[in-house]
Amino acid sequence: MRDIAIVSFAQSHHARAISTHNEVEMLMPLLGEAMGAAGITKDRVDFVCSGSSDYLAGQPFSFVMTLDAFGPWPPISESHVDMDGAWAVYEAWVKMQSGHADIALVYAYGKSSPGDIRRVLSRQLDPYYLQPLWPDSVALAALQARAGLDAGTFTAEQMAEVAARSRRAAVDNPFAQLAGDVEAATLLDAPDFLAPLKMHDCAPVSDGAAVLILAAEDIARELSDRPAWIRGIDHRIEPHALGLRDLTTSASTRLAGEKAGVHHGEVDLAELHAPFTHQELILSEALGLGDGVSINPSGGALGANPVMAAGLVRMGEAATRISRGDANRAVAHATSGPCLQQNLVCVLEGE
Amino acid sequence: MAEITLPPRLEGVEPVRSIRVPASIHYRYTAGEASSKFLREVAKKRLVGQQCPLCKKVYVPPRGCCPTDGVPTVGEVELKDTGTITSFCIVNVPFMQNLMEIPYVGALILLDGSDLPIMHLIQEIPADQVVPGMRVEAVWVPDDEIGPTLESIKYFRPNGEPDAPLETYKEHV
Amino acid sequence: MGEAEVLTAPLVIEYPFSRTTGPVIGAFFTALREGFIVGIKGADGRVIVPPVEYDPETSEELTEIVEVGSAGVVTTWAWVSEPLADQPLDRPFAWALIKLDGADTAFLHAVDTGGDATALTTGARVTARWRAARPDGDTTEDDGVRRFREGHILDIECFEIEGES
Repeated sequence: MRDIAIVSFAQSHHARAISTHNEVEMLMPLLGEAMGAAGITKDRVDFVCSGSSDYLAGQPFSFVMTLDAFGPWPPISESHVDMDGAWAVYEAWVKMQSGHADIALVYAYGKSSPGDIRRVLSRQLDPYYLQPLWPDSVALAALQARAGLDAGTFTAEQMAEVAARSRRAAVDNPFAQLAGDVEAATLLDAPDFLAPLKMHDCAPVSDGAAVLILAAEDIARELSDRPAWIRGIDHRIEPHALGLRDLTTSASTRLAGEKAGVHHGEVDLAELHAPFTHQELILSEALGLGDGVSINPSGGALGANPVMAAGLVRMGEAATRISRGDANRAVAHATSGPCLQQNLVCVLEGE
Repeated sequence: MAEITLPPRLEGVEPVRSIRVPASIHYRYTAGEASSKFLREVAKKRLVGQQCPLCKKVYVPPRGCCPTDGVPTVGEVELKDTGTITSFCIVNVPFMQNLMEIPYVGALILLDGSDLPIMHLIQEIPADQVVPGMRVEAVWVPDDEIGPTLESIKYFRPNGEPDAPLETYKEHV
Repeated sequence: MGEAEVLTAPLVIEYPFSRTTGPVIGAFFTALREGFIVGIKGADGRVIVPPVEYDPETSEELTEIVEVGSAGVVTTWAWVSEPLADQPLDRPFAWALIKLDGADTAFLHAVDTGGDATALTTGARVTARWRAARPDGDTTEDDGVRRFREGHILDIECFEIEGES
């Protein structure tokens, strides 16, 4: 197995609507920033992989146009996943393991603002039994939240604490959209949004993008003073039918965490892609994270949720803290599909 | 594929073979800076491209980025509304909401001064007389109908100049 | 460039699809059109509703379609105070996962509580409110309004709390 590390990361200032820029204009400066931080120009990139979904833009093949931002000439080796960019990292990592790339650039972006993201996400559901009912992303998460509350898996107080802690942490994150000094007790009194979820239990609607650069072995050491090495990466998926799953636990996250080797060492911090407060509780339980682990120091998806990039941002936030020397071993997680259907876990470590 | 066994109440009943599930989603699309600037100039009857600071190519309509260098395109390069057909096709197949009389010609037109052909319609010439290299000019809609859309140009028509030699446009084919 | 100067335009994406069902999913919709509900027996004998074509654990093809009840138990639910377009009801309602009598898995539908946000509880029994059957010889044109059962998940308009009509 080759040693592969994250050597550079850039993200946008995520916002409710970045309406003055199209996707290309939103992404372009970040590509320059990430490559500049690694000290490379695009000719050194062996493989480009991106994550995005045309359903957010409402334009088929919009991801092909966004590639203009990289400047694919002379012709490049490139791929795309219609998923969060974390899965594009997985594909790039596999490509690099096969020896076909030493430096890979991964980007991800999503503008939720053009459409109604809650309705758009219903198009990923079973087309026969679910889509015609148009169950939205918040509704499905709410079903999971109540199942967990009923089973005693977590409490409303714990959910409010996740929201409050995330908002406070986001104050130190210049890229976050929602930040502030709030107390869980105050949040508990807020009215229901889609019961049992309150507005603060849900990630904001965001536009945003992120870019990260992977490099192998000595090249990683050339491009970064302290690369964040990928010690393990794995992803697992559960059946899509809600009735076939136990919504109060995340078996796929547990298995992905085991395969990625989460507990082969002490975990300092975890960036968990949890667009709903109760999901952070489910994920941290599935990964066996103890009280000593700092969870979502960036504020997490509750601080900013650029759909299709939020998972990649978790990886970038974890990697950045390792590179800065603020942490030595971190877990980054990304999710896809309703109610934590599919989960990716990545273990990062400084040298 | 194995045989399905049905409960008594479904025996002999005409089965459902497909379901009707129409869906529509509404978006508000943002053109972004570069496209917005371009379309606002079209509303003033001007075709304005942008230039890549590295390769110097002039792009129209601009999207804010040079697709070969991956850098922002800058500036304003006003272009004439005349150009050369680099390629074209004759459409013989009617399709939904087709407002054109069949056959009609769709063409790639390299506007004078630009490096990226635009796509538009060719009219006022029989379809079988259109050739690559043909010199054409824009026919705009009446002034009171002009707006921030490429539909402000109704179509392009031959402008009477001799066909441009291949060398002058072959890089753009 | 300021927000006022950037141009925007409405964009409607339409998917006017009909979807082929195959024999297993088709059986579910045939039953709905006829006014009842079916599931399928999994490899371990459990009854899966709605039916799936392959066992989720063993991957083997499943073939035995069985009838289940039109009423069952709510295993979890959520309250929608502001329905979105195209959802089953245009007034406040509950989503619920419902385990029908005879089924071992729950499936998703809407529950109409007449707008009462506190009426539904986990464990409550709910029963299907069926849409009318198409009368013999009826030739009402399809104008987009859903009037009759046709083989569609909304042949069940929604569920309601048992004992309340």
